[in-house]
Amino acid sequence: MTVQTTDPLPGGGGPAEPGDAAADGTADDGPGRPARNGARRASASQARLVWWSFRRHKLAMAGAVVTVFFLLVVIFAEFLAPFSTSKLDSDYTYAPPQVPKFSFSEGLYVEGYAWEQDEDLRIHYTPDPEQKISLEFFVRGEEYELFGLIPMDRHLLGPSDPDAMVYLLGSDRVGRDQLSRLIHATRISLSVGLVGVVLAFALGVVLGGISGYFGGRTDTVIQRFIEFVMAVPTLPLWLGMTAAIPVEIGPVRRYFLISLILSLLAWTTLAREVRGRFLMLRQEDFVTSAWLDGASRKGVMFRHMLPSFTSHLIAALTLSIPGVILAETALSWLGLGMRPPVVSLGVLMNDATSVRVIDQAPWLLLPGLVVVVVVLALNFVGDGLRDAADPYRT
Amino acid sequence: MADPTAPTAPTAPTAPAGSGGDAETPLLEIRGLRMDYPIRHGMFGRHIGTVRAVTGVDLTIRPGETLGLVGESGCGKTTLGRCIVRTLRPTAGTIRYHARDGRVVDLAALGQRELRRYQREVRLVFQDPFSSLNPRMTLLEIIGDPLRNNGLAQGKELERRVGEMLELVGLPPGYMRRYPHAFSGGERQRVNIARALIMRPRLVVADEPVSALDVSVRASILNLLRDLQEELDLTYLFISHDLSVVENICDRVAVMYLGNIVELAGTDALYRGPRHPYTEALLSAVPRADPRLRGSGRRIRLSDDLPDPAAPPPGCAFHTRCHYAKAETCAAPGAGPVLLPPPDPSGRGGTAAGPAATPHLAACHFAGDLSLTGV
Amino acid sequence: MPEMSKNPTGVAAAEAAGDGSAAPPPLLEISGLRTHFTTREGVVKAVDGVDLAVGERRTVCVVGESGCGKSVTARSILGLVDRPGEITGGSILWRGGDRTSPVDLAKLDPHGEELRRIRGGEISMVFQEPMASLSPMYTIGDQLTETIRLHLPMTKAEAKDHAIAMLRKVGIPKPEQRFNAYSFQLSGGMCQRAMIAIALACGPGLLIADEPTTALDVTIQARILDLIASLQESSGMSVMFITHDLGVVAEIADEVVVMYLGTVVERGPVDEIFHDPKHPYTQALLDSVPAMGQGRGQRLRQIRGRVPHPSERAEGCPFHPRCDSAIAGVCDTTEPPETVFGPDRTARCVLYTPGLGTPGNVPGDTDPAEEREVPANG
Repeated sequence: MTVQTTDPLPGGGGPAEPGDAAADGTADDGPGRPARNGARRASASQARLVWWSFRRHKLAMAGAVVTVFFLLVVIFAEFLAPFSTSKLDSDYTYAPPQVPKFSFSEGLYVEGYAWEQDEDLRIHYTPDPEQKISLEFFVRGEEYELFGLIPMDRHLLGPSDPDAMVYLLGSDRVGRDQLSRLIHATRISLSVGLVGVVLAFALGVVLGGISGYFGGRTDTVIQRFIEFVMAVPTLPLWLGMTAAIPVEIGPVRRYFLISLILSLLAWTTLAREVRGRFLMLRQEDFVTSAWLDGASRKGVMFRHMLPSFTSHLIAALTLSIPGVILAETALSWLGLGMRPPVVSLGVLMNDATSVRVIDQAPWLLLPGLVVVVVVLALNFVGDGLRDAADPYRT
Repeated sequence: MADPTAPTAPTAPTAPAGSGGDAETPLLEIRGLRMDYPIRHGMFGRHIGTVRAVTGVDLTIRPGETLGLVGESGCGKTTLGRCIVRTLRPTAGTIRYHARDGRVVDLAALGQRELRRYQREVRLVFQDPFSSLNPRMTLLEIIGDPLRNNGLAQGKELERRVGEMLELVGLPPGYMRRYPHAFSGGERQRVNIARALIMRPRLVVADEPVSALDVSVRASILNLLRDLQEELDLTYLFISHDLSVVENICDRVAVMYLGNIVELAGTDALYRGPRHPYTEALLSAVPRADPRLRGSGRRIRLSDDLPDPAAPPPGCAFHTRCHYAKAETCAAPGAGPVLLPPPDPSGRGGTAAGPAATPHLAACHFAGDLSLTGV
Repeated sequence: MPEMSKNPTGVAAAEAAGDGSAAPPPLLEISGLRTHFTTREGVVKAVDGVDLAVGERRTVCVVGESGCGKSVTARSILGLVDRPGEITGGSILWRGGDRTSPVDLAKLDPHGEELRRIRGGEISMVFQEPMASLSPMYTIGDQLTETIRLHLPMTKAEAKDHAIAMLRKVGIPKPEQRFNAYSFQLSGGMCQRAMIAIALACGPGLLIADEPTTALDVTIQARILDLIASLQESSGMSVMFITHDLGVVAEIADEVVVMYLGTVVERGPVDEIFHDPKHPYTQALLDSVPAMGQGRGQRLRQIRGRVPHPSERAEGCPFHPRCDSAIAGVCDTTEPPETVFGPDRTARCVLYTPGLGTPGNVPGDTDPAEEREVPANG
C-alpha cells in the first residue's frame, strides 16, 4: 500500500485542519499529547507512527544500533573473523591481546611475543618490538563459503602472511584466536535464539490464534494445556531432553534440536499474548464492523485483526529472544547444549571456569560480556517497541 | 412466554403524514424476539444461568420513520439493535424484513451466507467513534471496504464513490487517504456514517451515535442524520439513553425496561402524556436546561437498584421500583403485562389520535387508570 | 449596562458594587490561575488565566466541553495535577476551616503536610468514575474509616460508627452490611454514593464534584443530584460542580462559570447565563442542546468547526475561529478583555468593549428564536 500525501484544502473557508484526535471524547478533559498537525501526520500509516514514536525512545534506539551490529556479525561471521574456530598455534597458549600499531614504513602491524617461564611453569608474554607481523584489510586467508554458498577467502582484517597468527583479543588454552572464536560463537548463540523464537512463534501464533479466535471449549482445552506445560519445571526438562540427544548426531542436527527444545520455553507466553490480543480485538467495534461490511472470516482475521497487533507481537518476540539466548548459554556452559567443535558463547565461557584461568587470561571472560550486552540491547529494543506499539495511546 | 399472537402495533390504516414510504407494508417486523446470554463459570465453563437481555420484543419499523429506542443501561436496547443487524443470533423470535427486491425474509433465521445480501440494506452506526474505525486503514479503505468486499466497485470507481460519500457527510473528499487518528470524534462519526451509507441501505440502526461527542458537535451530527434521511430516504432505529436527543429526532419512541418494551407511542404523545410509570420516571429524571423550570413538574425518583437480568422479578418486571405498584396485581407470578392500547382511549383526548395515527401502547396493568405527567 | 474595564480584583470590586453591604469574601477565590503542561512538543496551556470564586453555601457549576480545562482547574485546587503539569501562575485563596487569613493553595507543596490536611478534610473531591476511584482491594468501610481517622481524632470504633452513619446519610440501604462490601459488589449509583460518603466524612467546607454523574443513568443521576443538594442543605458546605451537561447546570447551579480552551469566557448567576447569555460561545452552546418539551424536528444550531486541542489555541480570542460574531482584525489579534456587568457577572468578549466591538453587533440583541444556520462542519 502506498501512502500519498493529500493536497491541502482548496482555498480558505474550509473546515479546520483535522489535528489530533486526543482532544476529543467528552470523558477526557486533561491535556493529552499535543497535536502534530498537518497532512504528513494525518496520512501517516500506523507503521510510520510506531517508528516515529520508537525513534524518540533513546535507550531503545541505542539498543537497536547494538542489535543491528550483532546481526551483521551473525550474517558475516566468517568474513569478520580473521581465522576459523580451529586454527591454532600451540606455541602461544593464553597469549595476551596484541595491540595493532601503525607506521608509515610498515603499515598496520602487531608486535610479536617474547616469552619467559617462571618458577610455576607459567609463561609470561611480552610484546617484542623486533618482530613485526603486518596486517591487511580484505586480506586473503582461510577459505570459507559465505552464506554457505559463495566460496571466498577474503577476511576483513588479518595477517598478510596466511600462515601467521595474530591474537587481537588474546588466545585460549591451546592457542586459538579468541576474537575469531567469539565472532563464531556469537553467530551460533544468537541464531539459536532467533531460530528458537521463530519456532516458538509459529507454535504460539497458531495455538494462541485458534484459542482466541474460536474461544469456547477449544480455548479452554488449549489454555489448560498451556498451563500444564508451564507447570513443568524447565531446567530438569531441558537437561533431560538435551541429555537424550544422541552424541553421534551431527552438529547441524544437534543445533536444530537444541533450538527446538529451547523454543518450548517461549511458546507458551507468546501463545497467551496472541490469545489475549485476539480476545480483546474480538470485542472491538471495528472488527464487528468489518464483518458487517461483508468481509470474510479470513479477511477479518488477516486484514483487520492480525495487523492490529503485529507491533505488539514483534515487541513480545524481541523480548523473548534474550531468554532463549541465556538458556542456550546456560545449557552449553553445563556441557549439555552445543558441544565442541561447535562454539557458542556458553561453550567459550566453559573455558573460563577456574580462578587460575581467569587470573592468567581475563580476556576469556569476554563471551560473558557479549551475552550481557546482547541481552540488554534486545531488552531495550523490546521495551521501546512495546511502548511504541500503540501510537494512539497517550 | 412470548405469545406471537399478542396484539402489537397493527399497521395504521391511514398513511403517516408527510412520509414518502408506503405505510401499508412495514419495513421490519419483529415478533417475540428473545436473546439469552448464558452465564458460564469455572474452569471448564459450566453453564450456571441465563441473562435474559431481550425477553420477547414485538416491534414494527415503518419505512421512512425514525424510531427511538430508549432505556437505562442494561435494558437490552443495544442487544436488540445487534440482533437486527445480526451480529448476534437471537435465541427465539422472528425479524421479518421487507427487502428492496420485494421479498420478505426472516433475518433471525438466515444463515451467514444468505444474510450477506440483506446486511447491505440494514446497516449499523456505532457509538464509539474511536474503536469503530480500524486505525491501520485510510478512510478510503474504511468507507470503501463494503463496496470492495461485495465486489461492487474497484479502483477509480471506488475512489469516486467514496469521495462522493465523504462530501455527502460533510468531509472534503481529499481526506480519503488519511488515517482515522487525524480526525476528531465528530469527524470520525461522520466517517462511520459514510461507511454505513455507502451501501445505500434502507434501514440504519444508530446505536447511541452522539453519546460520545462534545455538546457543540452533537448538534451537527444530529442535523446531518436528519438531512441524510431526507436525501437518501432512510429509516432509522435510533438507540439512545438521552431523552432530549430522542425527542428531537424521532417520530415514534419505544421505551425498554429489562428486556421488554414497556411503552410505544408517537414522540409527542409519549412525552406529553406517558402511560407507563417507568416512562414518567425517566422523563422526570432528565435535567431540563432551563433554571426557571427548576422544581416545576413532578419529581419521581426511582431506586438505584435495577433488578438482576439473570433473575428478573415475577410479574411486571418494573414493580420493584414502581410507585404505583399494587402487590396483588403487579407482583403476581406469571407473565407481566403486555403492550396494549389503554382500555379507555377516550378518557384522555388527543393522544390516541396523533398526527401519524400511532396507537399509544403501554405494558402496564393500570395504564388506563393512572394519570401520569409528561414534560 | 454598567461596563467597567478589567481590574485585577474584579471579583471583589464587583461584589462591593453589587450590594453596598460588606459581603463576606468568597470561600474560595481563584485568580489568574495558569496550569501548563510542558511536553516534548511544547507547552500546553490547559488552564490559562482562570478567575472564579465560590461563596459560602453556594453551588458553582463549571461548564465546558472536552479540553476546556475544567477538570485541570479542579485538580489544581487540590494539587492533584500530574506531571508534567504544573501551576505556573495565579493564586487560589482558601478561607475555609478555622482560618483567620486565607491560604494560597497554589503556593503549597503538592506533597506537603498542609495540603494533605486540607485535601479530604476541608476540601474533598468526587470523580467521574466511581468504580475506578474506589480501591477494589479494600472494603468500602476500610476506605471510609481510613479517611476519617486521617483527618479526625477518632478511635477505630468511633470511626466505624461515624462511617456507618455517613453511609446511612448518603442513602445506602443496610449500611452495616455494605460497610463490609467491596466496590465491585455495588452498582454504579451505590459506588458514587459511597464516594460521596467518603468525601463528606470529615465535614468539608467545599466539595469539588468532577462530572460525578456522567457515567450514570439519568434516573440515578437525578437521585445523586438530589443527594448532593440535600447534603449541602444540611451541612452548609459549598459545591463546585464540573460538568458538560447544561441540563445538570440548570438544575443545581447558583452560579455558572463557562470555560473554553483554558479560559473563563463568561461568569454569572444561573438565570442570567441561561436567559441572558453574553458570550457568543455560551449562546451557541445553549442553542445547540435540544430542549426537552420542544417536540420533534427543531433544527439545532451548529457551532462550526470542532473543539481544538488546548495546544492549538488560536491567537486572540480562543473562540474566534468558530464564532459567528467574530470581527476580523480584532478577534484574531487581541485577547478580549473581561467586561464586568455586575456582581459576579463577567464576559470576555470584545463585543462589550467600547471601541472594539460594534454595539449594533451584540448578538444578545437579536431574537433568540431566529436561528442562524451555519455550514456543517463537525
